[in-house]
This record gives sequence, structure tokens and C-alpha cells, in this order.
Amino acid sequence: MLEVKALKKTYGAITAVDGVSFKVSDGETIGLLGPNGAGKTTTISMLAGLLTPTAGQVLIEGRPVSGDTDPLKRQIGLVPQDLALYDEMSANDNLSLFGALYDLSGAVLRRASDEALELVGLTDRAKDKVVTFSGGMKRRLNLAAALLHDPKILLLDEPTVGVDPQSRNAIFDNLELLKKRGKTLVYTTHYMEEAERLCDRLVIVDHGKVIADDTLDNLYKLLPVTNILAIDLEETAEALNLERLNQLPEVKTVELAGRVLKAGVRNLSEDTPKVLGWLVANGYRYSHVASERANLESVFLNLTGRNLRDA
Amino acid sequence: MMTPLIALVRRDLTLFFADQRSVIMSFVAPIIIATFFGYVFGGNGGKTETSRIPVMVVNDDTGDVAKQLIANLSAEKALDVKTVSIDDARTAVRKGKATVAILIPKEFGNKAGAAFFRGENKPEIGMLFDPSRRMEMSMVQGILTGQIMQTVSKEVFGGKTGQVLAKDALAGVEKSTGMDPSTKSVLSGLLSSVEKLNALNEKDKADGKPAMSGGLSTPYTLREEAMMSGNGVVYNSYGHSFGGMGIQFILFMGIDVGIGVLLARQRGLWKRLRAAPISRGLLLGARVLSAAMIAMLILIVIFSFARVVFGVKIEGSLLGFIGICVAFSLMTATFGLLIAAIGKTPEAARGLSVLVTLLMVMLGGAWVPSFVFPQWLQKVTVLVPTRWAMDGLDAMTWRGLGFNDAIQPIGVLLLFAAVFGVVAVWQFKWEIDG
Ligand SMILES: Nc1ncnc2c1ncn2[C@@H]1O[C@H](COP(=O)(O)OP(=O)(O)OP(=O)(O)O)[C@@H](O)[C@H]1O
Ligand SMILES: [Mg+2]
Repeated sequence: MLEVKALKKTYGAITAVDGVSFKVSDGETIGLLGPNGAGKTTTISMLAGLLTPTAGQVLIEGRPVSGDTDPLKRQIGLVPQDLALYDEMSANDNLSLFGALYDLSGAVLRRASDEALELVGLTDRAKDKVVTFSGGMKRRLNLAAALLHDPKILLLDEPTVGVDPQSRNAIFDNLELLKKRGKTLVYTTHYMEEAERLCDRLVIVDHGKVIADDTLDNLYKLLPVTNILAIDLEETAEALNLERLNQLPEVKTVELAGRVLKAGVRNLSEDTPKVLGWLVANGYRYSHVASERANLESVFLNLTGRNLRDA
Repeated sequence: MMTPLIALVRRDLTLFFADQRSVIMSFVAPIIIATFFGYVFGGNGGKTETSRIPVMVVNDDTGDVAKQLIANLSAEKALDVKTVSIDDARTAVRKGKATVAILIPKEFGNKAGAAFFRGENKPEIGMLFDPSRRMEMSMVQGILTGQIMQTVSKEVFGGKTGQVLAKDALAGVEKSTGMDPSTKSVLSGLLSSVEKLNALNEKDKADGKPAMSGGLSTPYTLREEAMMSGNGVVYNSYGHSFGGMGIQFILFMGIDVGIGVLLARQRGLWKRLRAAPISRGLLLGARVLSAAMIAMLILIVIFSFARVVFGVKIEGSLLGFIGICVAFSLMTATFGLLIAAIGKTPEAARGLSVLVTLLMVMLGGAWVPSFVFPQWLQKVTVLVPTRWAMDGLDAMTWRGLGFNDAIQPIGVLLLFAAVFGVVAVWQFKWEIDG
């Protein structure tokens, strides 16, 4: 079990993490979600014992890590946000090194690194230098390097950042497998759809504070809208008065991106005609209408009034 | 404890040898540059010929004395003498083609002879010199003085001109009024003896008898012996240059160690290392150990090269040599750590530490031996660790001194290593950045 109590970290005037608390039970996967600068990496670093908290506590199996050589650190596997690999060494040598840091050697170490390579599908590239790897392959090796000592808890700091959809899928398959094997995962991201796919529970942070901590189902209940109407307007789009549209009781959220008007509604069948009727009545013509299901991206928007990624 | 240590050291060695640039910088560059310096500064036992000083002579005197003087100067091993016109001489010196031009005025021989006894109406020898080569200029001046004394005195005591000159001088002495009578009579006696001596010489020459070789010459000859490690050992300037360049490029390798740590911090690597259950001491200790090993290896390789190709031998204590190498290697390693500890970004750290290193190398006497430094500078530079490394290596190689003379350099280098290490650990920013 991993428990975080009122964790705080300040850098001079900057408060990177401001009283974060949450619990992760064994085998649970939580998503630590937040925009750039929310304090996710800082939190992860304190969980891994890399940073000393300004205040608060991190408890692993009920006790805090004491000192650099505390065996408790073996419970944790860290996948840093940056690619933490030696480019000029082979994949195998990288893994051997990181395994040896956990005192693995000989046949045990070899087996561990073979298994890790196998899991991420890089067995055939084991002898190649990391510098020759694609971005996605490096990401996968970055994950493998945290698995050698078979930790119970995996701290994953944006393990899919900057990778192509194919590698992202591969990494997700890996993570789902690890989850099935009973690992506890703390998964950091600013992609809601990743969190939706993988996590049992979400801890949403913003400006260093937890603004929501709940299961997916409960978070969906927080949503003011179930559907979003995407309406392609004709030339008159610029003149559209969002304020007035927003005053309609049926419209919960409204946003204009180029000529595409996005209006959030709770009841698709009842609310749609009202919105479209208003547009026509006010002289705004449209060429196309579509509707999409609301997702967790909108949860964040709803909680903070800002978008997750360009906030 | 051993497993992580060995793994970390292996990592550093793998990375070092995987990086072609660092291998070239550490092994090839010092060998090339040391070969150059060793060759230029005298080579193996001074056997290679040193370049002669180019000297222009402008002769306006038609007499024998001037001719003889020019012939004598030309015979000097250190000089390369050419007789030219005044304009050519000026141009040559101004363009740096000649170090100095000597202007022999009209009637130089006669005037010099006349002035020999009485010190009046001395002829003037002009010298045009290249201001960037004052050292060579003084050397030429010294040689010139000696040659003029020899040539002129030979004329005064040995020839026809001498006879005339002595007679003139005698007449002058007799005529002079202000002179003390006793001095006057002694001087007259001397001069008439000279006149008689010259007359006798002329007669001998006319009779075909060998004339006595007259003239003044330096009343000594020089036996030069360079103080070296002992029997049959000759100075080998490659000994110094390989030590010096070894020190310089090993320190550069030390900088790379520090930069490497900073880079690892900047990238996520440091996090991964710190997340493992290993102590800080182990993490830094492994880096010190591997850096010291690489430094040792560089020293071994370049001194082996110097030995095989240029015959540089450890004429002194081998144990002392190894001790100095080990101490310097450790110092380099902790120097690298210090850079990692106080450097902020890799880029910023590199510029400053290269500057500091070059200064240390220069003041340590790796470029120009410290014995050519002014006295005060020789005293001040004992504060620079490279000075001790350089002096220690010199002592154990071509100076051929014993282990006792290695103890102090080893001690001082280890002390610097310890100070750098302590400051590095104390200043090290363990908190990862974010
Ligand atoms: N070493 C540091 N010194 C000063 N400020 C820092 C440091 N590390 C982080 N911060 C600040 O703390 C805040 C949180 O940073 P953190 O890296 O934890 O965010 P994040 O949620 O991981 O963001 P991202 O999604 O971009 O990775 C930011 O405002 C950052 O500028
Ligand atoms: Mg981050």
C-alpha cells in the first residue's frame, strides 16, 4: 500500500505541490492527472524518495523510506518522464546496469532482463545501442528498465509522452499485463483517454492541489453534459453571440473553434432541436451537425474552467 | 554493495570507450601535441640541431680588423651571419627574417685600436634588433663583445697596425699634461714595450718564423655538463612534454566526468540511479574510481608511447612514478566531481572549467617548464596542484630522482584530491531537479 499525506514541496516562492493526499491500495491503478506544471512529476519524485518533501509524508507499506539504502525502495519501480537510458550502451547493458543497482547479478540478472525485454517486445534488439532505437522503442525500454527488480509499485511519469499511436498501444498492453499481474500502478498523464482506459481511480491535480479523487463512474456523474453537439456554421460564424446562446437553459457549455460550434447538452433528444432552432431563428446557418459523447477531458474543464492540455 | 559498484564502474568505462571523441582527446591529442613540444624544445638529448640566430652584418669598414671580425662571427655555431647592405638589413630585421643587424662603421678597426688603450673616441657599433627577440639579441651582444675584444686586441698586439697604434698612443701619452707623472711613466713603458713586441713580430713574420699568436682571449674555456640523473643519461625534452600534455588532457577528461554527471542529472538518468537503494557515497565513489582508472590508463599509454618512440625512461623511482600517477589520477577524478557539484548547467560548467584547467596547466609548467618562470611566479605556483604533478613526473622521469622526492608531490596531490572531494560532496546538489 502506498499512502501520501499532505505532501508539500516549495521551491522558494513556487509551491510545486501544495498538500496532496491520496492512497493507493495493492493492485490498484490510479491516474495522476493534471496540466503542465500541476506538480505531477514533483509528486512522483517525492514518492520515489528523490525529493525531500517540504512537509507531509509518503508511506510505503505503512512506513516512510529512511535513507538512501532503505530496502523499502526495492518496492518501487520508477519510470521517469525523461528517457533515462544510456544512449551509447546496448539495451542489454542498460538493463544489466539498472538491475545491478538492485544487487541482481549472474543468472538472476540475466533472466530478469530477458523477461523485461520480452515484455516490451525488444528481445531482438537487445544487443543494439539505444541510440539506434526509435522514440517508441526507447519509451518501451524506459519502462523495462524499471521492472528488473520486480517492484510491487510502479511509478509511471508520462510513459507514453511523444510516442506514435502504435507504440502507445504496445505500452498500454504492457501496462495492462502488469496490472493483471497484480502490480500497483501510479500513472501520470495529461491524456484523459489514457486514464480512462487504464485507471481504476483518478486523482486530478491542478496548481499542486488535488481537485478530484474518485472512480471513473463517479467522475462521469460530475459531468454537466452527456453529449456535445458539434455544429459546422456557415460564414456568419464570427458574428455568433456565445453569451446569448449560453443563456439557453439547455446549453451547459459552449465553445467556438473556427467555424465549429461545440455545445454541451444533457439530453440529446430533447435539447438538440432547441439549440438548432435557436440558431436558425437568429440567422445562423449550418452545414453539418454531429454529436459526440462527453469524456473525462470535460471533467477537467468543468472542474477548473480550463482545458487539460493547453491550460 | 560490490555488484552495483562494479556495474557503475563498468558503465563509465563502456561509455568512455564508446565515445570516439573522448578516446581521441585522451590518447591521440596528448601524444601529437607532446611530440610537437618535445621536438621543438630540444628533442632527445639535444641531438637535434637547434636553429641558429640569423644575423645581418653591414660593413662600412674596409680594413682587416672588420674582415677578421666578420669571419670570426661567421664561425660561431650559434649564429647564421650574412653581410648585406644597410637597407637590406633594415628590411630583414623589420620583417623578422633576422634577429639583429650589426652595423660596423667606417674606420672601425683603426678607431677601435686607438681607443684600446686610452678609451677615447670609441667607434660606435650600431645594432638594429627585433624587439620580440630580446633574449637572442642579448646573446648576440655577448658573442659580439667577445669577438671584438679578441679581434681588436690581436691586431693591437700582433700586427703592423698595432705598431703604428702603439706609437701614436705613446705620443699621445707623452704629450698629455693632466696625467700623474708616475702613471705616465708606467704607461709609456707599457706602450713602448708593445711597440717593440710588434716590431719583433713583424721581423719574425718577414723572416718566415711562426709569429706568436697575439691578442686577448677569454682566459678560460667552458665545459658544459647538464645535471642529469646520472651516468650517460641525457635530457629528454619528450619526458617533460609527455608529462605535461598527459596532465592537460587527463584534466580535460576530468571535466568530461563532471559534465557527464551534470548531463545525467539534466536527463532523467540521475533519477533512476537515485531511485535505487544505493548510497550517495557509492554513486559518487564509483565515478571517482572509474575516472581515476581512466586517468591511470591514459598515463600508462602515453608514457609507453614516449618510451618506445622517444626513449623516455623512468630514470628515477618507478614506485614514485606510479605513486604520482595514482595521486594525480585521484585528484583529476575529484576535480571532475567538483565541477559536477558546483556547475549549474553542463554548458556553463564546461566553459569555466576549461578555462580553469588551462590556467592550472599553464601555471603548473606543463607548457613551458616552471623554471623559466620569474622567481615570484615559481613561488606562487606551488599553490597549483598541476605544478606538483608536473614537478613530480619530471623528478621521476628525466631528473632520475628517488622515491623520497616523490613523497611530497604525492602528499600534496592527495591533499588536493581530498579537498576537492570533500568540497564536492559537501556542495553536491542531491535533490533532483523537479
Ligand atoms: N527544481 C525546481 N525548481 C523550481 N521550480 C520547480 C522545480 N521543479 C519543478 N518546479 C516547478 O514546480 C511546478 C510543478 O512542476 P512539475 O514538474 O511537478 O509539473 P508536472 O505536473 O510534472 O508538469 P508536466 O506535465 O509539464 O510534466 C512547476 O511550476 C515547476 O516550474
Ligand atoms: Mg512532469
